Amino acid sequence: MRHRSAVVVSIAVIGALSLSACGSRGEKKSGDGGGNGGSATTVTIGVDAPLTGDLSALGLGIRNSVELAVKKANEQNEVPGVKFQIKALDDTAKPAPGQQNATQLVADNSVVGVVGPLNSSVAQSMQQIFNDANLVEISPANTGVALSQGEKWASGEKKRPFKSYFRTATTDAVQGPFAAQFLVKDAKKTKVFLIDDQKTYGAGLAATFKGEFTKQGGTIVGEEHVNPDDRDFAAIVTKVKSSGAEAVYYGGEYPAAGPLSLQLKEAGVAIPLMGGDGIQSGDFIKLNPKSQGDYATAVGLPVEQLPTAAKFISDYKAAGYKDAYETYGGYSYDSAWAIIEALKNVVTANNGKLPGSPRAAVVDAVQKVSFDGVTGKVSFDEFGDTTNKQLTVYTVKDGKWAVEKSGTFSG
Amino acid sequence: MHDLPQQLANGLILGALYGLVAIGYTMVYGIVQLINFAHGEIVMVGGFGALTAYLALPGGTTLWLALPLMLIAGILVSTLTAVAAERFAYRPLRSAPRLAPLITAIGLSILLQQLVFSFYPDAKKARVFPKIPGDPFSLGSITIQRSDVFLIIAAPLCMLALGWFVTRTRSGRAMQATSQDPDTAKLMGIDTDRIIVMAFAIGAAFAAVAAVAYGLRSGQVDFRMGFLLGLKAFTAAVLGGIGNIYGAMLGGVALGLAESLATGYIQHLPGMHLFGGGAWKDVWAFVLLILVLLVRPQGLLGERVADRA
Repeated sequence: MRHRSAVVVSIAVIGALSLSACGSRGEKKSGDGGGNGGSATTVTIGVDAPLTGDLSALGLGIRNSVELAVKKANEQNEVPGVKFQIKALDDTAKPAPGQQNATQLVADNSVVGVVGPLNSSVAQSMQQIFNDANLVEISPANTGVALSQGEKWASGEKKRPFKSYFRTATTDAVQGPFAAQFLVKDAKKTKVFLIDDQKTYGAGLAATFKGEFTKQGGTIVGEEHVNPDDRDFAAIVTKVKSSGAEAVYYGGEYPAAGPLSLQLKEAGVAIPLMGGDGIQSGDFIKLNPKSQGDYATAVGLPVEQLPTAAKFISDYKAAGYKDAYETYGGYSYDSAWAIIEALKNVVTANNGKLPGSPRAAVVDAVQKVSFDGVTGKVSFDEFGDTTNKQLTVYTVKDGKWAVEKSGTFSG
Repeated sequence: MHDLPQQLANGLILGALYGLVAIGYTMVYGIVQLINFAHGEIVMVGGFGALTAYLALPGGTTLWLALPLMLIAGILVSTLTAVAAERFAYRPLRSAPRLAPLITAIGLSILLQQLVFSFYPDAKKARVFPKIPGDPFSLGSITIQRSDVFLIIAAPLCMLALGWFVTRTRSGRAMQATSQDPDTAKLMGIDTDRIIVMAFAIGAAFAAVAAVAYGLRSGQVDFRMGFLLGLKAFTAAVLGGIGNIYGAMLGGVALGLAESLATGYIQHLPGMHLFGGGAWKDVWAFVLLILVLLVRPQGLLGERVADRA
């Protein structure tokens, strides 16, 4: 009896594995012609973001905003004869699940484009898969420069590795230096202790910050690295304290940045911590009751201040989502809309009909889109990066991120 | 090097936290020769138990009143979880091959994480844990954070109480007997089942104290917090000599010191600037473990046990 059940289980497992393997070959079966006789074809916009875990606050904001864009497109009948739906997958902010999600989205023939992921490290594991399948991927949040400009970007050798990868977020090549200029010129801090979490995003941010900061005449009085899962920073806090730093710049995300900033202040080191958009989340403040005066840069201008975004905000409210749109809501909406816009152009060019396998055409169309989105003008340069180079410095005031300074980066 | 006293204090405090968790590993191992890999999760559920108590109290309750209640709640949750785990997961496997309970422990660890993750409200993200308000204390050049005071008081108290219990009470002596030779202890009329449950319960109570200390220090608890903490504490238990309760504390302190000193100073040694700092602290902690085990395979305070051939 025991033998038999074991056999049944292993057959089931083998079956499941082989099925998923078939699915992952991404065979292009021709989609249903679409547009015939006015019956709408349904296409899918994939979403990949951390829907659970530490960074889920940001991830859920991404998912909801894409859903909102899809809803609007369907209401307005944006692309005649095409209905949109979303397929949101959870990558838990880790590269391996992200890779599986990419495979799954590629295998689903109704998917015409993907919005995501949140983390640069996750994007690294997905790019090749999407590129091989000619499936467009637009990230609302990745800031790692190498993703769009190749590994050697820092030495001036810019080369775009994947033509199906785009982003609506500005890169660390802009974000780190912008923070450096702010600290030196506006906050008058010339001695900074640099800490990063050794992840793609954090380490990249710290590196670009360091370059500009020393160029501006600042001194890096110490450097440290933490592990992303660490929550005990006493030893590092001691080093910061004795280094005489006037501020800490942290390359990483809020789950570690919150306790780090808190333990700094708890130990009597009353200096601000500054980070990138990875810490610009409501949770950073929630996890850290002593965050008053900390800084964070974020890509683009604050959504609340953009006239173009007023409608997005009221629509989001009206939709009644449980989770806030957070830092990347507007960018996610624009990412989704870029896919919708691109598909519309593809359909228009194809005499009002959805082509059998529109993926490759959508990639080319996204490269050419240009429209006014929630976050301003949406269009992409030759690397797939956004042409919108605006950034904002936020500071924590009375338990909220308040705008300190907005500007366009000039490096 | 002028901040050496501070780094030593950091290491001692962190070490006390590891030590409290390590006690649970060591006691259970001493009696049933099981590495309870779910012990980190026992810490974690204790943290959530304490958080629940805090949230249930009316707002504005002073922490002096809340803290004891949180401790009691945490200890209750941890102990009940550990006793239930022993009863339903480990006891049926007591005569099974060694690997079976080990795999069960790993499964249990994942199960407990997922239960909290799925059923505790908003546990998908880190939950905010209260802090002890007020400025840090200064002792000469050493700064002691408010939250650490709890640990500085609790850890020695716990150790003293445990030492007294093991050496001075009937149950404690029965525990020693069981750990030396379970079969003979049974023949002498000791209820070994009860002793085993007790070992789990005591380890769990210490785990809950550690969880509250962790929460106060980092200002948060989350469903994965037990994993790394459990791994470090297990290392500490082995370092100090698994099965020896004083060794657990000693191992914890050694590990804590190794981490904070590695973060503080290794990169200043000649030729080591690439191998120091926070990124390498875990590496050095394990280097220390390997060095100790090379010289003393039984750990710092462990006793050489003749293999039962």
